[in-house]
Amino acid sequence: MSTETVTREEALPQRQPRRARTVGAGRLLDLVLRSVVPVVLALGAGAILLLALGRHPLAFYGDIWTNGVQNGAWQDSAIRMAPFLLIAAGLTVIFRANIWNLGYNGQFLLGAALVSGYGPRLVNEIPLWLAMAVLFLLAGAVGALWTVVPAVLKARYGTNEIITTLMMSFIGIDLASLLIKGPFHDSTTPLPQTAVLTKMLPSIPGTRIHVGLLVAFAAVLVVHYVLTRTAWGLRLQILGSSPRAARHFGIDLSRLIVVAFLASGFLVGLAAAADILGLQGYIRTGWNPAYGDTIIPFVFLARLNALAVVPFIAFFSVVSTGGDIAAADANLSTNFLLVLVGLILLFMTVIEYLGRRRDLGASYLTPGLRQALRAPLLRRGGAS
Amino acid sequence: MNARNDTGAPLVELLGITKAFPGVLANDGVDVTLRRGEVHCLLGENGAGKSTLIGILAGLIRPDAGTIRIEGVETAISSPRRALELGIGTVHQHSTLIPALSVLENLMLGDSRGVRLDRPRGERRLAELAAQLGVDIDPATRAADLSLGYQQQVEIVKALWRGSRVLILDEPTSMLTPQGVAELAKVLVRLKAQGQAIIFITHKLHEALSLGDEISILRQGRLAGTIGREALRSRSQEELRAEIVRIMFGDEARAVADVAELQEELDSVEGTARTVAAEAEVVLELRGVSSPREGAELGVEEVSLELREGEILGVAGVDGNGQRALAEVIAGQRPASAGELLLYGAPVTRTKVARRQKLGLRYVTDDRLGEGIVGALPVGLNLFLKRVGERPYWRHGRIQRAVVDGRATELVREFDVRTPSVTTRAATLSGGNIQKVLLARELSFEPKVVVFHKPTYGLDVRTTATVREQIRSLAEGGGAALVISTDLDELLEICDRIAVLSRGRLVGVVPNGQGAAERVGELMVGGGAGLEAA
Repeated sequence: MSTETVTREEALPQRQPRRARTVGAGRLLDLVLRSVVPVVLALGAGAILLLALGRHPLAFYGDIWTNGVQNGAWQDSAIRMAPFLLIAAGLTVIFRANIWNLGYNGQFLLGAALVSGYGPRLVNEIPLWLAMAVLFLLAGAVGALWTVVPAVLKARYGTNEIITTLMMSFIGIDLASLLIKGPFHDSTTPLPQTAVLTKMLPSIPGTRIHVGLLVAFAAVLVVHYVLTRTAWGLRLQILGSSPRAARHFGIDLSRLIVVAFLASGFLVGLAAAADILGLQGYIRTGWNPAYGDTIIPFVFLARLNALAVVPFIAFFSVVSTGGDIAAADANLSTNFLLVLVGLILLFMTVIEYLGRRRDLGASYLTPGLRQALRAPLLRRGGAS
Repeated sequence: MNARNDTGAPLVELLGITKAFPGVLANDGVDVTLRRGEVHCLLGENGAGKSTLIGILAGLIRPDAGTIRIEGVETAISSPRRALELGIGTVHQHSTLIPALSVLENLMLGDSRGVRLDRPRGERRLAELAAQLGVDIDPATRAADLSLGYQQQVEIVKALWRGSRVLILDEPTSMLTPQGVAELAKVLVRLKAQGQAIIFITHKLHEALSLGDEISILRQGRLAGTIGREALRSRSQEELRAEIVRIMFGDEARAVADVAELQEELDSVEGTARTVAAEAEVVLELRGVSSPREGAELGVEEVSLELREGEILGVAGVDGNGQRALAEVIAGQRPASAGELLLYGAPVTRTKVARRQKLGLRYVTDDRLGEGIVGALPVGLNLFLKRVGERPYWRHGRIQRAVVDGRATELVREFDVRTPSVTTRAATLSGGNIQKVLLARELSFEPKVVVFHKPTYGLDVRTTATVREQIRSLAEGGGAALVISTDLDELLEICDRIAVLSRGRLVGVVPNGQGAAERVGELMVGGGAGLEAA
């Protein structure tokens, strides 16, 4: 730059860009409002529904609170959090890259099947801590393995991963079922289920909460650190905001896509291990908790931030723990809780619409996702 | 003609037009009058509000305040259809023709009279309008096979098809060769003679002066000044230029020491080539490089060129003729399917982007928002996105924020990026400042060979001057620049030689100097003609 130009520019009145704004208090408040308000509104709308069904909403919500938090019930809620957090971490990683791993159910169940199949023998043959470590890694590995086909297809041929992960998920669910009926079947019972674990994950001293929750928290911290502080996390974010930009910056896209998929599948697999080893103890055919389906809204409510998802997951765990009992008390289907989740999604969209007309749900998404959603609406001019 | 204009009310009067978009007052009390048989030029920098104003006239945008009078009668232009009914036709900057349809079919698309296409009547109408314009248009040619000049003529015919009295031309010269501009000027003269009122948008001062009967200058949404026909006739070109520059930049222009330089930026400049010694070292060489097409954009075929130390080589051509492929294959963003690339004599054909970047081979992309920056990331980090994971900015994979921000602050100062701070999100910067971010990234750390793709496209005049100055100082400092641009005036101003890219092939190289514009124009047209039938 020539000094001449500099002096000329400095002589001009300083004109700042119009909407320049750093992350300040206002923006933070905005984020909190947009995240919490949908939840509050969903509870309000849920109350109206309860009234319409002839139940007393305050009593119902109070019942949730009583059975989800009070009298040590918070420990049950905390136990539920473990697989939720791990799946949330796994989805956060891949969604940051603007890639949709929707095969979490297949990845989860395969991991769960393997853990329940090998677990009962393993915990009795080798030291418990080693067995647990091996089982966690096994579940993670099989979860990762189940993403390889979509990952390679995406990296090499740009195949739409939404379709491939869903297909792999269906295969995974049925394969898990086959495994339970076949090699992992507990021969002592005619029911299609695996043998029950004789030793489970140890509890955190002084509580009933298994150490799987610690594993989950550790995973969330590691994911958050990697995504926000490391070069790899930055590459992932660049890929998520624009694959064209990633190519421009010389990022090896194929490798990044595959590694992100593997990491996502691995974390989902860990979730399965935590759930089986810490809570379930065995698996039977037809069991598919589909945790991921209920977790996805919270991953987006947390704006793909691995730490911010924790309070949402805690909230949902309380609602689902207390809600199961509250629903039974009120003679309602437990599916009413899914209605609440659906209402949260609905109000997320409404809030977003009010906040930013026409950009439905936009600020919950990465720039790349946002663009993908808008793309059909936009004319792609050659020059612009 | 003058006598006719003075009778009765003006054809169109825009009075106090105001339109606000979130955060921007695009038009602020703008008054413009259009008269029959006159070309009214609308001049202004990007973002001055030209597009909004014509959008309002064309019925695409509803104004927040202000009135529109047509022949003295207050009228609301509520939709594009209404605008057509009122006789307001628009020729958009980019072609709106459907490539697969014939000229006649394209023209008859908007005809809602009758269910069946009345071809004979359509042909009669086309012949009538073509005669009026003094052009020759074959109704059966597919739109895809038309050259850009012809496409534009068809667009004008389309705008006139339903009997327009007002014709809006939105930057009609931006895609044309010099010959094409001359043709357009002739067409405008004939349209004026028929009493059309024409509103002509441009940001080139010389076009406004040579084609306009009246010039309105917009600045930050306001009508900054108008130069009437009397002034245009009676005063000298130099006076008028100085006047327009003063209006366009207002008080800022007075603070600018060298207004003359700004004027040059606005004007077409006949190139003055610096001579690059023939024995200067070849820094970048392409030997028969090919790369296949991606999507709708052409690739390149067997491109060979040499770039010498201290040289600025321009690549001219109509948009979409392989410019992106050429730039990306040099930058390493897309593979070469054949041929060889040599940097200082060493092959780099298979070298990755990051390595080329380190070797001093840089690429300032034209897609600034899409690939040049990541808008959600801070400005400071954007300056180092081609060095992700490298020391000293990252250590053991962990970002060193202090190092990044410190170095970024220096670069921001050095390249005069106007940003509140290095932690501001890049997306909030203006287009000119985003380009400066790109320049800071590509021109720091010993740049040697830099590919500039449309380096000043969409930038304001001051930033344009800065960018061109950067390109010159790169070459003077012993680097070399390959400037790919669709703006021929720009290439004529800064380049030593100009290569012409047509249908993915280099069809010739012209040394800059007297008559270069015409020769480049001929190559642009001639190079494509042979292949058009294919």
